[in-house]
Amino acid sequence: MTGLDDFPLWAAILVSLLLLVGAALTLLGTIGLVRFSSFYERVHAPTLGTTCGAGGILLGSILFFSVLQSRLALHELLITVFVTVTTPVTLMLLARAAIYRDRTEAKANMPESRADVPPSSAMSSDSLPDTKA
Amino acid sequence: MSATILFWSVTLSQWMLVAAMGCAAFRVIAGPRAQDRVLGLDALYVAAMLLILTFGIRTGSTIYFEAALVIALLAFVSTAALAKFLMRGEVIE
Repeated sequence: MTGLDDFPLWAAILVSLLLLVGAALTLLGTIGLVRFSSFYERVHAPTLGTTCGAGGILLGSILFFSVLQSRLALHELLITVFVTVTTPVTLMLLARAAIYRDRTEAKANMPESRADVPPSSAMSSDSLPDTKA
Repeated sequence: MSATILFWSVTLSQWMLVAAMGCAAFRVIAGPRAQDRVLGLDALYVAAMLLILTFGIRTGSTIYFEAALVIALLAFVSTAALAKFLMRGEVIE
């Protein structure tokens, strides 16, 4: 961290705040990953890190490099867009795989299926009761 | 003054991200079923990507950005492939 003595103070405080908030939210998400009891609760926890945590750190990085190079450095937006787009896709794939595995083994601690949809057809249809009636 | 503020905040957030990687690694090792391990691996990838971004802020070079982008890509591909494997038993049909 040498050569930063002419870095403006307001930008340093703002970058520090964004970094600390982002890292703390990521840590909170993984603590939830450790402490929640079932998989369907656990799948919610790390999204705190992928939305607010990654957003805070990437915004801090954008601000830091924009002030450091005295031009607009927006390349971190690429990671932001990529993480925001891909995380719901992967976690929904994973939750569907977990539901499929639990249904084939008839586990007890899984979320309630809809009352009007029998469990055999609940995986294939996206829970639209009108198509069944 | 601002160099000191940046140094200590980057150090503190790096330690917090390392603790987050430790929690995710605990879930990978201890997770009762395979989907818990995959979820922990995804959280581990995200925390590692953010840690590499803070290394980029610490050194002031933009080379770390490309490493973080590659890690984000790997996280997506590996988690999607593992979820597909848990669902169907094979990745490419």
